[in-house]
Amino acid sequence: MKDVEMAAADNSEQVPSVVATPAALDAIGQLLKSHRKGVVFFQSGGCCDNSAPMCFEEGEMIIGQVDRLIGNVGGCPYYIDFRQYETYRASEIILDVEDGEADGFSLPAGREGKHFITRTKICATNASCNV
Amino acid sequence: MQVNKTYVPPGQPGSIVELKKRYGNYIGGKFIPPVKGQYMEDISPTTGKPFTEVAKSTPEDVELALDAAHAAKEKWGEILPLSERAKVLNKIADAIEANEEMLSVAESWENGKPVRETLNVDIPMAVDHFRYFAGAARMLEGTITEVDKDTLAYNIHEPLGVVGQIVPFNFPLMLASWKIAPALAAGNCTVVKPASPTPWSLLKMMEVINDVVPPGVINVVTGPGAEIGKALATSPRIAKIAFTGETVTGRLIMQYAAQNIIPATLELGGKSPNIFFEDVLDKDDDFMRKAVEGFVLYSFNKGEVCTCPSRALIQKSIYDKFMAKALDSIKKIKQGNPLDTNTMIGPQVSAQQIQKISSYVEIGKQEGAQLLAGGERAKMGGELEGGYFFQPTVFKGENNMRIFQEEIFGPVIAVTTFEDEQDAIRIANDTLYGLGAGVWTRDGTRAYRIGRAIKAGRVWINCYHSYPAGAVFGGYKISGVGRETHRMALEHYTQVKSMLVSYSEKPMGFF
Repeated sequence: MKDVEMAAADNSEQVPSVVATPAALDAIGQLLKSHRKGVVFFQSGGCCDNSAPMCFEEGEMIIGQVDRLIGNVGGCPYYIDFRQYETYRASEIILDVEDGEADGFSLPAGREGKHFITRTKICATNASCNV
Repeated sequence: MQVNKTYVPPGQPGSIVELKKRYGNYIGGKFIPPVKGQYMEDISPTTGKPFTEVAKSTPEDVELALDAAHAAKEKWGEILPLSERAKVLNKIADAIEANEEMLSVAESWENGKPVRETLNVDIPMAVDHFRYFAGAARMLEGTITEVDKDTLAYNIHEPLGVVGQIVPFNFPLMLASWKIAPALAAGNCTVVKPASPTPWSLLKMMEVINDVVPPGVINVVTGPGAEIGKALATSPRIAKIAFTGETVTGRLIMQYAAQNIIPATLELGGKSPNIFFEDVLDKDDDFMRKAVEGFVLYSFNKGEVCTCPSRALIQKSIYDKFMAKALDSIKKIKQGNPLDTNTMIGPQVSAQQIQKISSYVEIGKQEGAQLLAGGERAKMGGELEGGYFFQPTVFKGENNMRIFQEEIFGPVIAVTTFEDEQDAIRIANDTLYGLGAGVWTRDGTRAYRIGRAIKAGRVWINCYHSYPAGAVFGGYKISGVGRETHRMALEHYTQVKSMLVSYSEKPMGFF
């Protein structure tokens, strides 16, 4: 869980963060072999796929000027909608892998039949997470 | 409503639903195997076990479906008289209606929704939408502008041609009908991609209507979203894309549409407030019971509804008394086999969904929200042991918590209180979404004030979860673009030609 790079160092207020489990890092490693351009993650924003971490090949989704980078996992950027950013301030997203097909247009977690999921740790301060 | 009956699962001896071992795509009026011969398991959420297989299509199959649709579009959209087109829509409605019970059982088994809902809501609504649009098609009129006495502009609605439509898992047949009916009514042919967890019931519907739909007018291709959904949405051979589903995917759909310069309509998420004013408890009468039921409707379709009333705002003065009644009603929710007509809540659609719901319950607890009911997977035992059941869950907390801001898509309600009208409006609108809202009060002028102040595409006053054809449905804010369930949807499926005709024989005089 050391693969964390905070996007914005702002000590005056909390910011969302993301870490990846070994299983997620392994899946990202596999994806990078078949997707040479790299992959990016985008936090889902509701409806049927709610908290799913959407994973796309780099360039598939146009990252807008208002989207916020909240960290990197396995060398891949993790973005969130600027509106959702506010409600995620106290959240540490833990990227993990489970059985089952990926949601929406998301890539599978490394191989078919596996998909990325998020677990969450709510942190009283940023210092209390990110270990 | 049928009572005390448990239907036999599809394919088992005595079932009213015939089940094949596997299903191909429905293309050009026939079921054909996928080009690459791959299939994927379809899992019943009630048992957690696969019950059939459907095509795991590849982009080649999407091309075949587009071939069939393009081959059919001229006859369907330009040659067939409007009366004949309407007749087909009515025949589709009749065929579905004649098989209402069978399709209700199929839908319930694949999705997990209680059969009492499919029998009374999903399938009858699908039927009604085809009838509504059969009529609406014939009401679609152009306009004539008299530019001057001898110059007329005939503004004529013409079909787009072939459209792509992507349907979610929560109302597979009803939402497919919301999309297919206006597309066909306006003279288009369509390629439909059902959701990955629920591809089969739409294929059963195609079996039922196969005899009445001209080949190629409706085509259904099943498969993974990342491959099939994308192949359809990015195709330069579609003239429009319609999508119901998740917000980030909605963004991608718009992006793909931009690349082909075609219109996209989107129906996305929601976090709908359901507001209860103190006067609902003024009398112990039917209206009070209706309001309490309005609260419990968050468990309708196991909470897997874009407009799920997942935020309840209760006036502080009645909070304790109202919640006591609501929690009492929630305790009486019967959870179990969705094919039992007494079952009120069935399993969530997939293992993925259960994981996400559990994850949100954990977030709620960590955020300090108070758990008033449920909060765990429901242990059912027996044949339902492997099913994806989740207890109806109630949290009390504050509107800035993530469980109040994000769509959980499960039977989880987040409850908070408000002081007065202004406070209610402030909390109701403090959300990214604007799909639905509910207002409960005995005061008609207050209902109007609040209803107008809420930024949402559908505001239910003293009712909830009703979706009749003829009432416009669609989202404000990031809940979507475009409108359905109303004849104005025909505008999304047509383009307007203005034929400017001069009846004057005089030259302009410029040259």
